[in-house]
Amino acid sequence: MATIDRTEAASPAPSRSFWKDSAGSNSLGLIAVILAMIAVFSLLNPNFYSGTNIRNVLRQTSILGIVACGQTMVILSGGFDLSVGMVIGLISVVSSMVMVEHGLWAGVAAAILSGTLIGAFNGIMVAKAGLPAFIATLAMFSAARGLALIISGGLPITDLPFEFGDLAAGQILTIPVPGIIAAVVFIFCAWLMKRTWFGRHVYAIGGNQDAATFSGINVPRIRIAVWSLHGALVGLAALVLTSRAVSAHATLGEQMELESIAATVIGGTALGRGRGSIFNTFLGVVVMAILTNGLNLINVSTYYQMVAIGIIIAGAVYVDQLKRGRA
Amino acid sequence: MSTAAPLVELRDIRKTFGAVQALQGASLSVAPGEVMGLVGDNGAGKSTLMKVLTGVHQPTEGAIRLEGREVAFGTPSDSRSAGIEMIYQNLALAPNLDVVANVFLGREIRKKGLLGLRMALDEEEMEKRTTQLLDELKIHIKSVRLLVEKMSGGQQQAVAIARAVAFKAKLVIMDEPTAALAVKEVGKVLDIIRDLKRNGVAVIIISHRLQDIFQVADKITVMQSGRTVAERRTSETDMDEIVKFIVGGAREDLSAIASGR
Repeated sequence: MATIDRTEAASPAPSRSFWKDSAGSNSLGLIAVILAMIAVFSLLNPNFYSGTNIRNVLRQTSILGIVACGQTMVILSGGFDLSVGMVIGLISVVSSMVMVEHGLWAGVAAAILSGTLIGAFNGIMVAKAGLPAFIATLAMFSAARGLALIISGGLPITDLPFEFGDLAAGQILTIPVPGIIAAVVFIFCAWLMKRTWFGRHVYAIGGNQDAATFSGINVPRIRIAVWSLHGALVGLAALVLTSRAVSAHATLGEQMELESIAATVIGGTALGRGRGSIFNTFLGVVVMAILTNGLNLINVSTYYQMVAIGIIIAGAVYVDQLKRGRA
Repeated sequence: MSTAAPLVELRDIRKTFGAVQALQGASLSVAPGEVMGLVGDNGAGKSTLMKVLTGVHQPTEGAIRLEGREVAFGTPSDSRSAGIEMIYQNLALAPNLDVVANVFLGREIRKKGLLGLRMALDEEEMEKRTTQLLDELKIHIKSVRLLVEKMSGGQQQAVAIARAVAFKAKLVIMDEPTAALAVKEVGKVLDIIRDLKRNGVAVIIISHRLQDIFQVADKITVMQSGRTVAERRTSETDMDEIVKFIVGGAREDLSAIASGR
């Protein structure tokens, strides 16, 4: 035993590569599933791997990807956010009105700022007032929906600046801009969670909040910070979605809370246990994207897709639990 | 050893919570490198007394002296920066993090990274120091990158102790360090306590397992009903005597329950 210790201590390379952190046994299973799905859909419809389709998928799923990153960080810290969809609608409406009145950049700032504030408010309800995340974000869901409808009068806001469309429709070196934004968000969040003291504290809080407190971590402050960061990302997602729709509407983000939690859970991040990673969620988002797009291409209706995603969520968590039981 | 100047001294500590008198005059002292067993029945005030010492509670009356100087700890961080570490039963570790992350939790070594902010963790340095620390304490773990939840109870306790002494603790307080362990693992934890003692660290062990305390402690302090009622050198007493002191308190508790308090 002692000799094993020595050799490990003596090895100069850090025994913690990014890949090793990220790819647990769970991830390898998911990667296999993704490859299998790509193979099947490519056989069924050759358009599946065309450049146009891939760019299209990137545009569609990058919004989910951005939201899922925030959702994952919140879930790692022991919470979850049911309000995302309606908050996206509210931010879309508010920032579009600002944009129409005061220009593009004022609107962008309004989206990020209002997202951050709403996230912080959720965080304060959970971390300071002690409300369960389910209740706090359900309350926010209802309030945000009402506010968005009141402010917009239930009507879409359309006369957005022309350049704003580039956010969703633009390309850099043939890569759609939303895809680039999502990639930056994923890399940043993965770095933040795995490589910084902040992420370390988030995991600790998710794993054992008492241990985190006794270790001198300011638990409420970290939790509010995570919720705020998640809120900022929700604001960013609302911008991309509004740009894609070329108009703002109170119901723009519907279902996003469910889809973002689904992607996180399919990726293998467990609710309330501080286990999982941003990389896992990336895989979860890819699974959802390929499934939805593939089923579209072979003409399976959206209704059946919802059923399929439900089955996959339950199946993914069941497989995860089986594995843990065996370990 | 008994002539050494005390590291920590508690003098006539009293603590009331509303109408409840939790501590009604508790005194004790520990010298550097001394191991003390703190025993007593449930509700005797052991945990409350230790929470006063670590700054979780503030005493209503009485004095805390550290190396001869009177101190007041407003928060657990205050007592920790003074060199007093408490290992809470079941509360010490994050099961989803590895050994290195747990040892440095809340006190991570950082390095300059993105934008010159000290956000990034210096994993190599923390790993190196954790390996050194475990070597010094003769704790053998397959890898310092093992998740704590994959380790046995004894190994987890060892990590919790390593974590407590990683930052030059002068006094380590352990709450039931052996209660949840298999017999074989108890011996290992006791060995680590002896090692701490050799390195001049004072240890207070709260435990119901007298046989464990008799193996490592230099002296034993008994509490009942919020008071320290006896202090004995381990070499000058035996289990029967200590049990009598403890049970004396138990009888008082029973009468208190009978009188409907």
